Formats: sequence, structure tokens, C-alpha cells
Amino acid sequence: MIFSLVITGAPYSTQCADTALRFARSVLQQGHTLHRVFFYADGVHSGSALAAPPQDEFNIPQAWAELAHEHQLDLVVCIAAAVRRGVLDSNEARRYEKDGHNLASDFTLSGLGQLVEAGIVSDRVVTFGA
Amino acid sequence: MSEQKKSFLIINRCAPYGSSNARDALDVALTVSVFEQPLSLLFLDDGVLQLLPDHNPADIAQKNLSANLAMLEMYDIDQIFVCEKALQQRGLTSESLGLKARTLNATEIADLVRKHDQVLSF
Amino acid sequence: MTLHTLNKTPHESNALQDCLAALSDDDALLLIENGVYCAMPAHAELFTRLPGGVQCYLLQADVQARGLNDLNPEFRGIDYDDFVTLSCRYEKVVSWF
Repeated sequence: MIFSLVITGAPYSTQCADTALRFARSVLQQGHTLHRVFFYADGVHSGSALAAPPQDEFNIPQAWAELAHEHQLDLVVCIAAAVRRGVLDSNEARRYEKDGHNLASDFTLSGLGQLVEAGIVSDRVVTFGA
Repeated sequence: MSEQKKSFLIINRCAPYGSSNARDALDVALTVSVFEQPLSLLFLDDGVLQLLPDHNPADIAQKNLSANLAMLEMYDIDQIFVCEKALQQRGLTSESLGLKARTLNATEIADLVRKHDQVLSF
Repeated sequence: MTLHTLNKTPHESNALQDCLAALSDDDALLLIENGVYCAMPAHAELFTRLPGGVQCYLLQADVQARGLNDLNPEFRGIDYDDFVTLSCRYEKVVSWF
């Protein structure tokens, strides 16, 4: 079965990024396809490479990156939501003349079309909201 | 555009301006419409407050949501539903809204959820 | 047939009320995160008039995390693998938050 996930809650402020990660691991473990994970609204902060939680806490962006590496996941961060909130890749940093960029390397910035496309091709879309 | 079709239901449960949910939902609705997929919008709970007329958010540095909601018509999005109970609880009627919407009772809301392929909530 | 997930306590928002109103016969309800507090016995009355055939579940990890015991016996504890299995068994997943 083809799954896509939508995450709208901020990591650490809400539990939903963590719940979504555990759900994603089970989806993959059961041999299903995870077509895309779409980060929207405050969910975009899960794509920040600059998150530095204490050693004994869960590093959510890193956990997604590891899962993406292992399973070639498509982790898409909504570009409009991200740029507003200061989550930028090198292209956007250049466009807005910012000194740095912070989108983690296993994530890509793209538009809402990626969310709708995921809804069209996936058998199940599961939203993790705050 | 994909040949495949999925029907989308977008549920709005939040009041406008205080959070980004209303605008986030509208942006998704317009995108679904660009992909030419069947789409319905359902306003529950405080979401019905999005449909009150006469917004003027200039002094809070936000874009006018009702002007944007008016774009739904231009995009041929006419399947717009509001929860009857949510209106009643807030002393509103469908006539007090700035947009033409059909009121639904609980059974009709459950039917609407059942008949769509993908349900996104904001 | 729909799997509804709910992640708010009964007093946190109207999510529970909206979710209950949207249930159809043979749907399933899964409490996750703060939603598991809905299964406290004090709220049992809210779940006595569900449509026919509605199955009720809760995510055991969230129950355990919150130190909850003696919850509403209508709700069966499940893990993340079961959550995925239910998502497949039902035709779609609707999240209430």
C-alpha cells in the first residue's frame, strides 16, 4: 500500500513529529511504500539542520534524515511555509540575500503541489497535526 | 496533470487570523483545484467564523481572508458546507455569512466525510 | 469505512465532539497522544452512543507515558504496527487535532 504523511505541528512544541516518525518506521517495516512526507505550517521546523537538542533527547531532524537515507524517502518541506519561518536552502538563502541556510540535506523545499500529488497517488494520507 | 482522480475534503476548524490554519487550508484548496481534483470544503467549529463578512485586517498586517475566500468562486470551488450546530452555537445563520454555503447536520457531515477519498484537516 | 485519530483531551478543544459527530457505522476511533485521556472513566458517557460497529483503540505507548490505568474497557490498546495495520484495513484516515 502507498502511504504519504502530512506533518503540521512543530517538533518539540508538539508530540506529532515524534508520532509521525514512529508511524513512518512501522509503515516501512511492514513493507509498504512511503511515497512522501510533507512538512507544512509549523511542521517545517522538522527540516532544520540547526536543531541541537540535548544529547539525551530525540533529534527529530536527524531521525528523519537517517530514515530517509535508509529508504530513499522524499521529505518535502513546504517552501512558502518554510521561507516565512526561516527554514531556507542555499537557493532561497541566495534569493533573499541571507547569510546562512539551514535546510537539512535530506529534505527538499517545494510547493503545495507536492502535497496534492501525494494525495492523488497515495492510497492513504495520514495527517499528524497539532 | 495526473489522469488519476481523488476527491478531497478540506475541513476548516479554526477561526481566522489568530493562527495560520485558515490561510494554510485555503492555499491547499486552491492547489487541489489547480490539479483539477474534485474538492469540497467543510467548515466546523470555529472554522465557521472564517465566513463572517467585512474583514479588514490591514491594521494587523495580514491579508484579507474573505477576499481570498471569494477567489474560490473563480476557481469553480462551489462545494462549500458549514456545520449547522457550529453556526447555532455562535448565534449565526447561513444568511450571516459572506459566502454561499450549504448547512449540514451531524449525519450529513458524517456522510460527507465518508464519501471523499482524502480528508485534510486544518 | 474510516479510521479517525484524535490527539486532544476532551477539554483541550472541540476535536472530540467534532470527531464523534463525524463517525459513521463501522468506522474506528484511535486515541493518540493527549487523546488517550478521553478514555478516562469520567468520560465514558461520551462513548455510549457511538454508531453501530465502531471499534475503539488507543495507542498503548501514549497511555503508558501518561501513567494511566483502569481506562474505559471499550478501548483496546495497540502499538504503532497495529496503527499502520488499521490504516490499511480502513479506507482512509481522518485526523482530529
